Amino acid sequence: MEATAARRSRRPPWLAGVAPLAVLAVAIGLFVLLDAPGLNRIGVPQESLTVERTVLKPGEIQLHVRNDGPDRVRVRQVIVNDGFAQFTQTNDDVGRLGGSEIDVHYPWIEGQDYEVRLLTDTGVTIDHTITAATETPGADLGFYGLMALIGLYVGIIPVAIGMLWLPWLRGVDTRWVKFLLAFTIGLLAFLGIEALLEGTDIANTSAQVFGGAALVWLGAAAAFLALAWVDSWLRARRPSGDKSGLGFRAATLVAVGIGLHNLGEGLAIGSAYAVGSLALGATLVVGFALHNTTEGLAIVAPVARERTARLGRLALLGLIAGAPAVLGAWIGASAYQPGIAALMFGVGAGAIAQVIVQIAPQVRDGAGRVLHPLAISGLLTGLVVMYVTGLLVSI
Amino acid sequence: MKFGQGKLSRRRLLGGAAGVSAALGLHEVVPHQGLHHAVGTAFAQDGHGGGHDVHAGGAVMKHPLHAGAVGMVDPRTNGFDPQAILRDFDEGTVVNGVREWELVAEEKTIEVAPGVKYDAWAYNGRVPGPTLRAREGERLRIRFVNGAQHPHTIHFHGIHTSRMDGIPGIGAGDIAPGESTTYEFHATPFGLHLYHCHSMPLAEHIAKGLYGAFIIDPKRGRAEADELVMVMNGFDTNFDRQNEVYAVNTVAFDYLHRPVVVRRDQLVRIYLVNALEFDLLNSFHIHANFFDYYPTGTRLEPRDFTDTVIQGQGERGILELRFPYTGKYMFHAHVSEFAELGWMGFFEVTD
Repeated sequence: MEATAARRSRRPPWLAGVAPLAVLAVAIGLFVLLDAPGLNRIGVPQESLTVERTVLKPGEIQLHVRNDGPDRVRVRQVIVNDGFAQFTQTNDDVGRLGGSEIDVHYPWIEGQDYEVRLLTDTGVTIDHTITAATETPGADLGFYGLMALIGLYVGIIPVAIGMLWLPWLRGVDTRWVKFLLAFTIGLLAFLGIEALLEGTDIANTSAQVFGGAALVWLGAAAAFLALAWVDSWLRARRPSGDKSGLGFRAATLVAVGIGLHNLGEGLAIGSAYAVGSLALGATLVVGFALHNTTEGLAIVAPVARERTARLGRLALLGLIAGAPAVLGAWIGASAYQPGIAALMFGVGAGAIAQVIVQIAPQVRDGAGRVLHPLAISGLLTGLVVMYVTGLLVSI
Repeated sequence: MKFGQGKLSRRRLLGGAAGVSAALGLHEVVPHQGLHHAVGTAFAQDGHGGGHDVHAGGAVMKHPLHAGAVGMVDPRTNGFDPQAILRDFDEGTVVNGVREWELVAEEKTIEVAPGVKYDAWAYNGRVPGPTLRAREGERLRIRFVNGAQHPHTIHFHGIHTSRMDGIPGIGAGDIAPGESTTYEFHATPFGLHLYHCHSMPLAEHIAKGLYGAFIIDPKRGRAEADELVMVMNGFDTNFDRQNEVYAVNTVAFDYLHRPVVVRRDQLVRIYLVNALEFDLLNSFHIHANFFDYYPTGTRLEPRDFTDTVIQGQGERGILELRFPYTGKYMFHAHVSEFAELGWMGFFEVTD
């Protein structure tokens, strides 16, 4: 008895916690080593590849594929529009989650549709349709400049314009501010819903093995919790009872939330541009300007009652909210990956949800209600305005 | 006709040029670089002709354009060689005045295009099955053993009794796995026929590979010639009832990489059978030459002198031609999409 006790005391306490993990590792190792004894697969392999990205260069169609099925995929031939085509691939035996780049030599013609068919060693075909083929823009300086310009037009400038409402906000009645905060919440809710839907859309077209639509919700949950953590950290730095700067804290969170959303928006614009499906022009820019100007208003609404508002600080908030559109456009056009895009949309949605939670208390009326008639009308106005201005932009 | 006006002219140009650059023998004759340049130029013109003044793919092609699949099928993989099938005639054995064969149906995985496997059903381990050859009027006896896991039959085209027709429900009917039967009839009429499995579902049993050419020579024979068997077929590798791969004698593009070698001025006789399923028509087109065409081979006078012939499912005919010049001559289905999906090859004419 005593000997056992002595032995137990010599054992470090963490060992008991790690032991099950070690046993699990050994079990998995043996299982894999012995090739799952007793378990035989029924049926034929389920081969699946998802095309994550298509790059068109003169005389060349480049597919970036990922294996999102349970079995290995070995592409052996490529058929383009009913004809075998010459090709090279970086990986001729793609394991689960593995990727490969397939370069098909093909004299494609601008504006035509192509069906690229990957034929595997078992005769399975994986089809990918290219609509209205157009050359993928190269990632040179001019291209980055163009994407920056788009980001500037649709992200930074509208947000900055929206922030010009601040002086007016300072002069108006408190009831107006509450209305505008509710308006902001409505607007954010719209953006959040939009981000979730768009993210889900993208996720459903990409490799399901990474979680598909679940990725969007995971991103949302993670962003929601991360921002909550940031908020509590900001609170902890301030002595209790000190109410100064509260508005800025809210404004910062709003800016971060909108910024994350604009990152997703930039991704969508950039990737649409890369595949040539973006109608660049006045309509798009005007639409986004109207759409995103309201975002500027949302940022300054919480600081309407702050006594001081330094210009530099406001500019920083504007950049936080708007600049990610530029970054998103760059990424979207040069290294688009649907799984990551879906995640980013989820992150945007989660951030927005947290921001709503943060600014909701400021809408409270004297009786402590959030959903008082004024707030409800603000919410609805926000939703409607976003819906209507959203009609002007479709990518 | 304006150059590069139509789809066909472009495709033919593509196939021709690519084939030449792929062909080994020609490198010393024509400079490689010049050829590729020619292809590029042709496409550039083609692009403009089509009204696309923007980088129409081929105009600025970095890579030379090759027809055909990537890689080659090693004949040892399949255990049969399209080159050998061409001139492999199985005359069986004559026992007591009766010509006899034994055909065994079996399951076999074959490589139909480089790297692409297909679970075929085969007579005697090959697709197409052996080319059975007899003389008009002979008594024929074919023992059929079903070594596969599904019921099968052999249905011969020809004139015979219903009991010997090899269809389910009549005579021996479906032959169960492990069972066997014997079909017996007279070789008539002379011509080029085919045999295939007639179990249900019919299209599937044929498409999987249970077919072959069946030649009945006329009593007085045919002129001495270099005889070739070409069974046009296809493979639905993904079971969508459309063929992904097309070929002559099973392996896509095989004769493109390894041309069919014939002698100049020698009479060449091609026994052409269309065993294709899922597509209504197939065709045969020869470059830089014309041939006499004998539909079904049942008359000794040609019906046509042409360079392109169309065959429906189960149709066949005999082609006779001579090549007056040496060199490489393409032949392919003039259903051009079949050509680019594997039904394309070369004759190489030597002295």
